[in-house]
Amino acid sequence: MGGYGDIEMIDENGLRMDGRTATDVRPITIETGVVPVADGSCRMTWGTNDVIVAVYGPMEAHPRKIQRQDRAVLDVRYNMAPFSTTDRIRPGFNRRSREISKVTSDALESVVLLEMYPRSKIRVEIEVICAEAGTRCVGLTAASVALAHAGIPMSDLVVSVASGKINDIVVCDLNKEEDNYGEADLPMGILPNSGEIVFLQMDGDLSQEEFQTAWDYNVAAAYEVHKIMIEALKNGGVN
Amino acid sequence: MSGNNNADGPQDSQTVVPGENLGQSNEFEAGHGIMIRNDNLVATKNGKIKINGKTVSIEPIHSTYIPRPSDLVIGYVEGCTNNIWFIDIGAPFNAILPMSLGPSKASFGSTRQVIDIGEAILCRVQEVEETHSSVVTMKGMGLRKIRSGSIDDVDPHLIIQLLENNQEHLKNMKEDSDCRIITADNGRIWIDGEVEGIITVRNSLNSLSNNSRLLEQGGVA
Repeated sequence: MGGYGDIEMIDENGLRMDGRTATDVRPITIETGVVPVADGSCRMTWGTNDVIVAVYGPMEAHPRKIQRQDRAVLDVRYNMAPFSTTDRIRPGFNRRSREISKVTSDALESVVLLEMYPRSKIRVEIEVICAEAGTRCVGLTAASVALAHAGIPMSDLVVSVASGKINDIVVCDLNKEEDNYGEADLPMGILPNSGEIVFLQMDGDLSQEEFQTAWDYNVAAAYEVHKIMIEALKNGGVN
Repeated sequence: MSGNNNADGPQDSQTVVPGENLGQSNEFEAGHGIMIRNDNLVATKNGKIKINGKTVSIEPIHSTYIPRPSDLVIGYVEGCTNNIWFIDIGAPFNAILPMSLGPSKASFGSTRQVIDIGEAILCRVQEVEETHSSVVTMKGMGLRKIRSGSIDDVDPHLIIQLLENNQEHLKNMKEDSDCRIITADNGRIWIDGEVEGIITVRNSLNSLSNNSRLLEQGGVA
C-alpha cells in the first residue's frame, strides 16, 4: 500500500491501466494433475500469477505430538520461489509465508472433512512460481482445487478473490501496480455454495460503503472463478 | 447461493465436484462421498455418481485406500518386533500383523527369519479401529508370503473396473498372458508367470490407467 501517488491508475472512462473495468477479473486458467507423483495437484494462472499446488495424503502424522485423536491435521506450506519476483526472495520460510500458510490452513480447515481421517496428516504444498499480486488468493483457490483432485472429502470449494481501492475508487482483483500504489486491499475466501466467508483480511482503510462495494465485487467475482474451477475439475484440461 | 443446483436430482455417471448440490434427499440415501445439508444431497468428492437402488454414492476420480474388514490386500513388511510385523498396505497407517495371525512356523524372536523387512505378503484385513489402525491376518485360504512374480500398483478404484462385467477384463488378461493374476483391494496386483506374460499384463494395466486418465481429462490428455 504505497498510498496516494501521482500515478493515474484509472482513467475518466473507468478503465484501469491494463484495460479492465472496475469489476473485471484477470484471465484465469486451471490445470489439474500436473504433479504425477502427488495424490492431487493443480496449476493455476491468474493474470501473470503462476502457482502450483501438490497435495499428499492422508498419511500418518509425524511427529506424533501433532496427531489429533479425532481428526486429521492440515499441513499447509506456502512458499514463493526465489525467482518469482523481480527482487530475489531469500529461500525458506519468512514471517509473510508463515502467516499466509496459517490463514490458508484455517480457511481450508472449514471445508475439509478432517474428522474422516483421525490421527492423519494432509500435506498441501503451495509453490508460487511467478508473483504479480494476490498470490495468497491464488494459492488458496488452487489448494482447494488440488484437494478436490486428490479425492479429499470437502463440504465445498473455497474461492478467494481480493478487491481494493485505487485513486479513491473500489476495484476488483488488483494487479501489481494497483496493489503497490493503491490505498487498500480486501482479500476474501468465499464458499460459493453456502455464501459463507472463511477468510477475510484488510490492508489499508476503507469506509463502510467502500467495504460493502469491495465485498460485493469479491462475491460476484467468486462465482465466476467457481465456474472455472468446476470446469477444471470435471474436464481436467486447461480452461 | 451458487447456481450449480441439480433440480432433476442426481443422475447416474454424472461428474460432480465437492459442494455440488444434487437435489432433494427425500427419495435417496447418502452413500460414499455424499452428505446431507438442509435436506439436500451434497457431493463431498470429485468423481462420478453411482446410483444403486436408493443409495447415491460417488466413485472418486482419485482415491486413497481406506482399509475395511475382510479386504484382501498385498502389503510390504516395513518393520518388525519380536512378535509383530508392521505392514505397509497403502493406507494412511501401517497395519500390524501379530505373530498369532502370521505363518504358523513363526516363533517369538524369529519374525525376520520368517518374513523379512521389504518382503511382500498376501493378507486379509481382520479388524479396523475407529482411528483407522488395522490388523491383518495370514490365516486363511491362499494367504501367503509372495516369493515370485511382480507386484504392480493402480488406483484402488480401478480394481472395481477390472472386476466388473463378471471379471471379463481380468479373464482376458489372464488368457492373453498365461499368468496368474491376483487383485488386492488396496490397488496392488500380483502377477505371477513367465516374464513375457508379466510384461503383457503390465502393459495392459498401464493402458487401463491411461484410459482412466483420458476419460478423466475429457480426452485431451
